[in-house]
Amino acid sequence: MDKPVNNRAWFLVLPVLLLVAFSAVLPLMTVVNYAVQDTFGNNQFFWAGLEWFQDVIDSDRIRAALGRQILFSAIILAIEIPLGIFIALNMPKKGAWASFCLVLMALPLLIPWNVVGTIWQVFGRVDIGLLGHTLAKLGIDYNYVNDALDAWVTIIVMDVWHWTSLVALLCYAGLQSIPDAYYQAAKIDQASRWKVFRYIELPKMQGVLLIAVLLRFMDSFMIYTEPFVVTGGGPGNATTFLSIDLVKMAVGQFDLGPAAAFSLIYFLVILLISFVFYTVMTKEQETL
Amino acid sequence: MSLELKDISKSVGGRMQIYPTDLTLQPGTMNVLLGPTLAGKTTLMRLMAGLDKPSTGRVIWNGQDVTDQRVQDRKVAMVYQQFINYPSMSVYDNVASPLRLMGVSRDEIDRRVKATAEMMRLTPMLGRKPLELSGGQQQRCALARALVKGAGLVLLDEPLANLDYKLREELRAEIPRIFEESGAIFVYATTEPEEALLLGGNTATLWEGRVTQFGPTPSVYRAPRDATTARVFSDPPMNFTTVTVSNGRAGIRDAVWSAGDLPNGSYLAGFRPSHLSLHQTPNALPLSAVLDTTEITGAQTFLHLHHEGDRWVGLVNGVHDRDHGQQLTVWLDPAHIYLFRPDGALARSAPYAAAA
Amino acid sequence: MTKITLENLAHSYLPNPTKDSDYALKPMTMTWQDGGAYALLGSSGCGKSTLLNIISGLLVPSQGRILFGDRDVTSLPTADRNIAQVFQFPVVYDTMSVRDNLAFPLRNRGMTETEVAQRVAQVAEMIGMADTLDRRARGLTADAKQKISLGRGMVRQDVNAILFDEPLTVIDPHMKWELRTQLKDLHRQFGHTMIYVTHDQTEALTFADQVVVMYDGRVVQAGTPQALFDAPEHTFVGYFIGSPGMNVIDARIEGATAHVAGGQVRLAHGYDAHPGKVQLGIRPEFLRIAAGDEGLPFTIRRIEDVGHHRILRGRVGDTEVNVIVPEGQPIPEGANRVIPDPAHTHVYVDDWRVAPRASERAA
Repeated sequence: MDKPVNNRAWFLVLPVLLLVAFSAVLPLMTVVNYAVQDTFGNNQFFWAGLEWFQDVIDSDRIRAALGRQILFSAIILAIEIPLGIFIALNMPKKGAWASFCLVLMALPLLIPWNVVGTIWQVFGRVDIGLLGHTLAKLGIDYNYVNDALDAWVTIIVMDVWHWTSLVALLCYAGLQSIPDAYYQAAKIDQASRWKVFRYIELPKMQGVLLIAVLLRFMDSFMIYTEPFVVTGGGPGNATTFLSIDLVKMAVGQFDLGPAAAFSLIYFLVILLISFVFYTVMTKEQETL
Repeated sequence: MSLELKDISKSVGGRMQIYPTDLTLQPGTMNVLLGPTLAGKTTLMRLMAGLDKPSTGRVIWNGQDVTDQRVQDRKVAMVYQQFINYPSMSVYDNVASPLRLMGVSRDEIDRRVKATAEMMRLTPMLGRKPLELSGGQQQRCALARALVKGAGLVLLDEPLANLDYKLREELRAEIPRIFEESGAIFVYATTEPEEALLLGGNTATLWEGRVTQFGPTPSVYRAPRDATTARVFSDPPMNFTTVTVSNGRAGIRDAVWSAGDLPNGSYLAGFRPSHLSLHQTPNALPLSAVLDTTEITGAQTFLHLHHEGDRWVGLVNGVHDRDHGQQLTVWLDPAHIYLFRPDGALARSAPYAAAA
Repeated sequence: MTKITLENLAHSYLPNPTKDSDYALKPMTMTWQDGGAYALLGSSGCGKSTLLNIISGLLVPSQGRILFGDRDVTSLPTADRNIAQVFQFPVVYDTMSVRDNLAFPLRNRGMTETEVAQRVAQVAEMIGMADTLDRRARGLTADAKQKISLGRGMVRQDVNAILFDEPLTVIDPHMKWELRTQLKDLHRQFGHTMIYVTHDQTEALTFADQVVVMYDGRVVQAGTPQALFDAPEHTFVGYFIGSPGMNVIDARIEGATAHVAGGQVRLAHGYDAHPGKVQLGIRPEFLRIAAGDEGLPFTIRRIEDVGHHRILRGRVGDTEVNVIVPEGQPIPEGANRVIPDPAHTHVYVDDWRVAPRASERAA
């Protein structure tokens, strides 16, 4: 059914537009401005053309950070999406336990990012952290401060702990919308558990899964606070992801020109990958 | 209070949903919109209510152009197929809600809610929540909410479709009484011809976005203007077969009857299932058909027949469980046959309709 | 295909049922013949869905047994009962083609692809979907989807019974006709045991050879459509079947005469005196409208023209009474009486039909 068209509704959007203009468009223009100019201080700017962009693309350091970033997002998606689906499938459908599980699942989502970082930073410490200390006692050589692999594992486990609930809750909502008759029909047809998942649950979860994948991709691709708090990007540059690198460049080194060009490219990369995800998954929805 | 639609049409994205239509609903009438799903009943109602703006044409209410007026400013009420009530409010508060929005005084609200509840037979349930009621009572509550504000135009969009058969029958028998007490213009959308007949009043038949006929219900039923109207307003569907008229005589095989002064040519003969009989009656024509299936309703039998390429249904009184696949002679009084031109327009009405 | 027996079956949703009213399904014993077409008819909450769920294996009854043939299946899960079910809303596997939908139950049972292909082609022909086999199920109309669910049930040749749970709810009136007749044809051709649950009397009566009318968790009558119409055992059956339902009027019976609202009616038989609430049950079809002083006083309130007949709504005394007048038959000037047809006038005591005096029945 079509909705009545009332152009006055646009006026209601005006305040938001203004807000977005101040909070996003103006800073973005500033960034664009910085990205194409150079300065030697004194508030004197020179036209730099696409030089900074060229520098950023050629930079080994940024390329390495991009590689780490892609690897990180890929691992996060590969773990959190299947795990979230698995948890959602095994959550009770109704009753007191269902509410309990929902609250439990929602808890990690309510904790601020920096607090999550701090929790894990302490949790993993070999001297006083429960995890780090226990592992050390068990004779496992674990130290996220010195060992690159350990640092990665810590950050990935932390992110999985923090965000899998989101995927699970979204999938759970998708599963709840499936009428009982479908499951009953599947029983009558003697469908295996796998087929029930493949032909009933998965198709009905498509929509929410798309949202889950997009959210988790964008979020993990822009991750900053947690690794910054836990490892500070180290050891070495092992966990220096794009946004950490960007901040180092902009705030640490005050290279505003390259940093601005970097952010624009960063933004475009996220946009591009999200678009690819969206197109592929909606197409899949038609063919699945 | 009258509602006039003047040359109104609605198209969405280049697709016509309602073709240009003129329709005048007289004060205090019951008007049925009859047509299959997607015929445009809901769209037409939304145009009447002002929920949608027509692409062309004007809506006139009491001689005043209200085309650009908002729904909130018009005196309309709508009831849907789904039972729409506020689940957290009692029935009393549900019914009172439109009056509270209008800023009516407390005493006046109490008086009107109680009067409406009495009319809808909801008085014992006023303290309950909608979900504690049966489906029929929930819909009564929604109806009461629509009626309480004394709207001049009450739109009912298949209000009984989600109810059990018997509940539907009971509430349907009550709707004419409720309508008479309210004095408003009622517009009632349905897919069922029987419902239209039971409600009486006027009927507009709809087919693919067009109002094919509008008039008093029995006369639309007995004197359809074209084959489409006849098909829409017949359940079981009207039976059709092609006939040739020559020299004022029409014939289905050997069965021949007078076609008045119709010019020679090919016509479509239409007749209703209830007019087929298994017994010979005076003047009746014998028609030979093959029996595919019988369905027995207790009092009556549906005969599913085919006659050459045409599929027919007969509705006869009594129980007749005959063998399937057998050749059968059924009888049809020519007084019950309509003749339509190949383009569907009525060429000659069934003579009995003029007498009735 | 098999005979289904319900033995002293009852169900309560409460853990420890004590009173009669705790039971959603009161104790019943019943046999469903192999290859019969049955309908379970009743309003919502009458227990018909509970009974269906027990047969399909979704519910284990609180007491009693259910047998398929000689095999006790009371606690067997749905998958092992070898039944098929068509639901209220079409259940199809959206992402599969029509062909794969039909093949699904066979493949799950490990049938070879050649057998599957052969069987699917057969069933597609039966349900009239041979041309659309390669279409994706998503986006088909509701009636096409219902046909697929039906086809998925029929594709297994050895299925014990096909259960229908109000399958025409979402179908347009015009399509209902077609689906109903098709169902009837399929039943006649293949002789599956079919059980059809509905609240719609037309669907129940036209579909079934035997209609089981349920009311308040009890089977009030099971019989052919004609029996239910001609001789309702309970006033509820009279009310529920027929449109409008049977008129039930308070009366005082003396032998073969009934005294009603100041009028008198001759009955076909004499009746013994019974304690309790005595009523006459007469269908609107068997009341004749007349003018004069024979029969029962009747005041007309409203006339509804339904095309093939008219319904006169009015009152006899304080009771609402409906009369059906066939199309073309005139209503006499100054009509003020209704005359019941004695052969179709029944006597009810406390809502159950009573038989005429024993001596007369023998005669």
